[in-house]
Amino acid sequence: MIELVNVCARSGHFSLCDVSFQVRTGHYGVLMGRTGCGKTTLLETVAGLKPVTSGQIILSGRDVTHFGPAQRGIGYVPQDGALFSTMSVREHLSFALKIRRESSETIQKRVIKLAKMLDIESLLDRRPLGLSGGERQRVALGRALSFRPRILLLDEPLSAVDEDTREEMYELLRRVQAETRTTALHVTHNSAEAQRLGQSLFVIRDGKVIKEES
Amino acid sequence: MMTSQISPSDQSHRRSDKLFYVGMGVIGGSYVLLIVLFLAADIAYMLQGSSRHQLVFDNPLVQALSKPEIRFSILLSLISCSLSAILSLFVAVPIGYLLARTQFFGRRFVDALLDIPIILPPLVVGLSLLILFQFWPLTARLPGIGVTLNELVVYQVPAVILAQFAVAAAFAVRTMKATFEQINPRCEQVALTLGCNRWQAFSHVSLPEARRGMLTAITLAWARALGEFGPLLIFAGATRNKTEVLSTTVFLELSIGDIEAAVAVSLIMVTAAVTVLLVTRLWGAKDVMV
Repeated sequence: MIELVNVCARSGHFSLCDVSFQVRTGHYGVLMGRTGCGKTTLLETVAGLKPVTSGQIILSGRDVTHFGPAQRGIGYVPQDGALFSTMSVREHLSFALKIRRESSETIQKRVIKLAKMLDIESLLDRRPLGLSGGERQRVALGRALSFRPRILLLDEPLSAVDEDTREEMYELLRRVQAETRTTALHVTHNSAEAQRLGQSLFVIRDGKVIKEES
Repeated sequence: MMTSQISPSDQSHRRSDKLFYVGMGVIGGSYVLLIVLFLAADIAYMLQGSSRHQLVFDNPLVQALSKPEIRFSILLSLISCSLSAILSLFVAVPIGYLLARTQFFGRRFVDALLDIPIILPPLVVGLSLLILFQFWPLTARLPGIGVTLNELVVYQVPAVILAQFAVAAAFAVRTMKATFEQINPRCEQVALTLGCNRWQAFSHVSLPEARRGMLTAITLAWARALGEFGPLLIFAGATRNKTEVLSTTVFLELSIGDIEAAVAVSLIMVTAAVTVLLVTRLWGAKDVMV
């Protein structure tokens, strides 16, 4: 479960205060809001990349408010994918496992499984340069899921994807989230995307988060 | 059928556009021409009045290379420039990274301070280093050896490296700062969420992405170190077979009236500088050069 209790966070000129909401375990939560309303800041706060000024963040029953990003056990897919330009797709998928010093056999099996699930087997030895928007997001998703996190955070993952690929990505995101049984929080400004994917819908309005009926 | 006719106002626009580019080209080209001319003059000076045999076997370059003190200065230049370039990169990476990625108290002050070796007259850098070594603890006798750091460094080979490093590092810092500013910080943040600590995120993600910038920084530092003269003269001296590097060789040869040898050594330096420039242009980062 992803739970925010009276969270206040600040970034640049604006601040979000007293934000409380929950995404139930195994659910796909979507947080909507206009550009610049603080969606990304809130997601970064959950990821541990931005500090909270007050409140509590509880992930899978653990209070992680003051934990660093590495200790939170979250998979993070940023807007632009933020792929590592010097690494191949295979290296992306094995990166988190290498950091955890998993055996090479375990890593190899995991990479093959992820590549099959995301349909990127043919891309394994390619570098990010030249990959399409959809391919980049698949790789970023695979990298985020590689170490089997229980929480998945997605920051506008489909903003750089064309219309045809978008349909495929909706299917993929829902299938992957169900298969991996992660609790997802997906941030977007696109209401069609939110309706299509969200089991729980939240809207940021005037610095407050309101739950909407899905 | 439509016919396209150029109106008089179009014609006058085109003429003024042409004039604009010609004007810019002539003004800019005059500086490019100056560089080409002074390089060509060096070569022409060396070649004048030589027969074909002299040109190949007895030119001033060959004569200069036959002198043991010049061979020593080439060797010392290669070693000292390489060491000072490595040291420059060693400090430039962390400073460039911190300036590009973090906000800390006094950041703007540190940023401005790092420009001082670039804007200060070279002689002043040398003099300042010399004065620094007049102060304790640099004048205190080292236990066990019985000599001071001042005696070990000033007017010795370490002074050559330190003087070169003092200026070259500032250029490397500027290059590394620009390099890290161009690398997406989001990549490092993703690495943190994947389980990395700061060092792992830096060494596995940012550092490999900065490798072209690092190559540019080290080659620029090397080239700067090779051209260093003022600080060396004051802080390391110009003693033959001791602290003589290529730039001091040019000075020493000129001071004894051997202009041909001075020009020959200058051409060795030009060759080295052009090689470094080519390396940077071919394999280095294109848009982070200072």
